[in-house]
Amino acid sequence: MQDVAIVGVGQSVFSRKCGVSIRELCFEAYTEAMEGLDITNNGIDASIICSAPEYDKQRSPAGSISEYLKLTPKPSFYVETVCSSSSTGLRVGWSLIKAGLHKVVAVIGFQKMSDLTSRDAAERMSRGGDIIWESPFGISMPAGYAMYARAHMAKYGTTEEQLAKVRVKNSHYGAANPKATYRKELSLEEILGSEVIASPLKKFDCCANADGASCIIIASRDIAKRITNIPIWIIGLGAATDTMTMSGRESLTGLRCAQEAAKQAYKMAGVGPKDIDVAEVHDCFTIAELMAYEDLGFAKPGEGVGLIEDKETYVGGKIPVNVDGGLLSKGHPIGATGGSQIRTIVKQLRGEAGETQVKGAEIGLVHNIGGVGQYGNVTILRR
Amino acid sequence: MSFENFGIVSFTAETKASDFVSYLEKGQVMATRCRKCGTNYFPPRMDCSKCLSSDVEWFEIKGEGKLVTYTVVNYGPTGFENDAPYTLAIVDFDKVRVFGRLSKGIKEGDIKPGMKLKVLPVRLPGDRIGYEFQRV
Repeated sequence: MQDVAIVGVGQSVFSRKCGVSIRELCFEAYTEAMEGLDITNNGIDASIICSAPEYDKQRSPAGSISEYLKLTPKPSFYVETVCSSSSTGLRVGWSLIKAGLHKVVAVIGFQKMSDLTSRDAAERMSRGGDIIWESPFGISMPAGYAMYARAHMAKYGTTEEQLAKVRVKNSHYGAANPKATYRKELSLEEILGSEVIASPLKKFDCCANADGASCIIIASRDIAKRITNIPIWIIGLGAATDTMTMSGRESLTGLRCAQEAAKQAYKMAGVGPKDIDVAEVHDCFTIAELMAYEDLGFAKPGEGVGLIEDKETYVGGKIPVNVDGGLLSKGHPIGATGGSQIRTIVKQLRGEAGETQVKGAEIGLVHNIGGVGQYGNVTILRR
Repeated sequence: MSFENFGIVSFTAETKASDFVSYLEKGQVMATRCRKCGTNYFPPRMDCSKCLSSDVEWFEIKGEGKLVTYTVVNYGPTGFENDAPYTLAIVDFDKVRVFGRLSKGIKEGDIKPGMKLKVLPVRLPGDRIGYEFQRV
């Protein structure tokens, strides 16, 4: 069985309203991923299309996207785990190559959320919870994570100010990311003074809906070495789930799916949290980044706040996290997000991250979560 | 009433557990228990995932529970826009953990994780029915 490498990464600009169609968004991501590769469309053996359903009029989007990118007549199909769809797509693509069925696979994630009003998008996400027993009470994504935040505060004494410091950091790096929706630095006061969406989470504790696409091209070892100068190797994959219902969760101070996925990925890669040079975590809300520090083992449970207080997750710190601005700055086009996170880590490991480059980064980690902790994917990459 | 009358907005017309609504009308909030292996379930379900039996019985969620966590929602999804602010909560009872809403009668400043609560059926506008957590 051959090792699998990431050979190409791309994403569109993420924005509140892109003004183009889904297939055109995907074209933008795909062309960046193909840049510099010694391969043409004909060399892509299969495409995996990833997004959350019910945002588009187009049913079965894999068909229209594979036509627009001229990936026909090769196989193309759809993969979905809401917000973690494209890292699930990477897992499926990896196994297709490992199994020897294909040699080169394109994993394309997208979401165009601006076709819906903000409330209608909230309704779609609400139905990403348990529709029989919990959606009828008016649950939403912010509400789900807010309940984790409140439980974390009650158990560990975490404060709203500490949560806000996560956004201060991510807005700082988002300002330097030309592909991010929000490119403005925010002060602690601005964040703490923003309106409450679902207590204790305020507007600036939350990421925004966005339009965007991402593309990751992966290949078997022999092909990877031939078509690119700097293959980035997939050395660890972990995936897990937790209950759809909030009442079914054993813990409300950390995401069990992330803890379990991290354990699998570290084991497969043969590395531990201390070996990670740079990480992308799923900061759909500030509390989500804080819990990720703990779930990934960068800090002990309840001690994640120390990392943000001491600026250890900035470039130059012990473990730089979300130095592309995170979902909080980039915006969160659901199906595109995992691919965008992977792109950032690949660029870091190639040494192409510009002013936010973590010097000498060799091992990177991507933590991508679907729903309010229903699906967790952890991916470890090495230069 | 049918199961479509459950909650502020319902997304499900049919379930094997639709008797839940009939019990609410009678003043009871119910969970289920597998007669074969004894596993308790909330949300109620008529199929046991532990022993794969469908021989289950209803039991009432009585007594005091403890508030695990909560959030005051100021921005509701479509269908809930005129309903906010409302408070979602998770409460631990003796045998089951229950997700629902806190009574609007409890002031935000008085809400604390660990506080004692009971669960009772509540009539909702538009001939609908649900349940909420109230002070003991």
